[in-house]
Amino acid sequence: MTIERESEYESVAGGSFGGAFARIVRLLSSFGRATVILCAALGSFPAAFGRRNSRDAFFRELYAAGIGILPVVTTVSLFVGMILALQVGLELRRFNQEIYLGAAVMVSLLREFGPFSCGVCLAACAGSAIAAELGTMKVGEEIAALEIMAIPPVRFLASPRIVALAVIAPILGFYCSVIGLVGGGIVGSMQLGVDFSQYMTSALSIATVKDLYVGLFKALWCGLVVGTVAVFEGFSADGGATGVGRATQRSVIVNFLLILMFGYIITRICYR
Amino acid sequence: MEEKIIEFDAVVKRLCGSPVLDGLSFSVKKGEILAIAGPSGAGKSVTLKHLVRLLTPDSGRVIVDGIDVAQCDERELARVRARIGYLFQGGALLAWMTVRENVALPLEEQGNLDEAEIAARVDCALAAVELQDAAEKYPAEISGGMLKRAGLARAIVRRSDIVLYDEPTSGLDPVTSVTINRLIRKLNRSHGITSVVVTHDLQGALAFADRIVLLKDGRAAVDLPPAEFVKSENRHVREFLAAMKGV
Repeated sequence: MTIERESEYESVAGGSFGGAFARIVRLLSSFGRATVILCAALGSFPAAFGRRNSRDAFFRELYAAGIGILPVVTTVSLFVGMILALQVGLELRRFNQEIYLGAAVMVSLLREFGPFSCGVCLAACAGSAIAAELGTMKVGEEIAALEIMAIPPVRFLASPRIVALAVIAPILGFYCSVIGLVGGGIVGSMQLGVDFSQYMTSALSIATVKDLYVGLFKALWCGLVVGTVAVFEGFSADGGATGVGRATQRSVIVNFLLILMFGYIITRICYR
Repeated sequence: MEEKIIEFDAVVKRLCGSPVLDGLSFSVKKGEILAIAGPSGAGKSVTLKHLVRLLTPDSGRVIVDGIDVAQCDERELARVRARIGYLFQGGALLAWMTVRENVALPLEEQGNLDEAEIAARVDCALAAVELQDAAEKYPAEISGGMLKRAGLARAIVRRSDIVLYDEPTSGLDPVTSVTINRLIRKLNRSHGITSVVVTHDLQGALAFADRIVLLKDGRAAVDLPPAEFVKSENRHVREFLAAMKGV
């Protein structure tokens, strides 16, 4: 698959109609091209994994998006859990219901804040790095060089990165939930007077397997979205260093928005 | 020397609404070195990109060994691209690979050669561009001239019979420029490689090219052998030569 450039229809729409219509056409076109990249990347992964260069890229990305961002993920999820416990705990205390603090924090983390924290960290750390790297390669004509050498950029560059993020995201999502739960427990025991073992008993008694699966699915989806958007923006970069900067910025913004939107949609579907 | 291997036939290309190529026609014979000269923005690199379908013409035809590159299917395009090596302005090497790994990349990805064969062909390509000593270095560790030579080694490692050079001497000092120009001629002589060289370096082009095409307003203003080019009374040629002397 070659890298699609802006279609002629988009240029015509932009030039002739302008305004909102052109933006909608561009948005739909971008969505379509990003979906094609995602499908092609997933489809070509077996072929990519069979080749040394792409396999190396996959493990490199796995390390960068996993071990590489672990300090950030740990800090973010710890504080998310602490904030959550504090806010919920203060309200529960008004009704003398602090014993349910663990349950409230656990459910919130597993269903929503674990995968959300993971998605945000992936978008900010791994996604931005991918968009910048591929954008630099695009403006430096390295991607064009790959095309000429009959090396499909989607198979060689996109597939290992997107799949690596999809693999690491559920693991990170679960890790975020665990660390957040510990953070909540620390706040509960030190500030709200909730015994840590009671907190954990409450947490484990209320969480269901479904909560875990939904959380893991959300994290998986976040990984796919972050990887695809980052690759798409990198491949679309043009205009030198400024263009790479814009592509990186767009990648982070679009990822944040999509993580929130898909978070809501999945919750809406799974918890009616 | 008579068989046409590349042909541009009335190619028109507009970018951002402005015509860059406006009925460009020329041809290149097998084993020939064609230099394409012209001022900045004349469409020299755009011309080159049409040959490997990084760009497609709005109208007209781009023929490579009988195949219309703009119209052919993906399989035919892959066959055309397999025959063409492309040296980009900045070398376009992958930053995380050494020079050797960069040169080996197209062969490894081809998937039908064993490691010994790949190593032998990489050594041969590096020797052809006199870059064996820098084989284990990363692109960030070598000079601009070495980057271009590494890019050239990668362009010829697949035993391409056509090599396209996009400003091979831009940003290089005169001594390194002479080395690169000498390499273009050497590869043409030793491997029979058909070469299309987009260049600002008219002195170099006069030395290595068999013919020089001067682009002006999206067309080939003249298409002459070097000896006739410098004597041409064509207004555009005189202006271009005067500008070169001014530099």
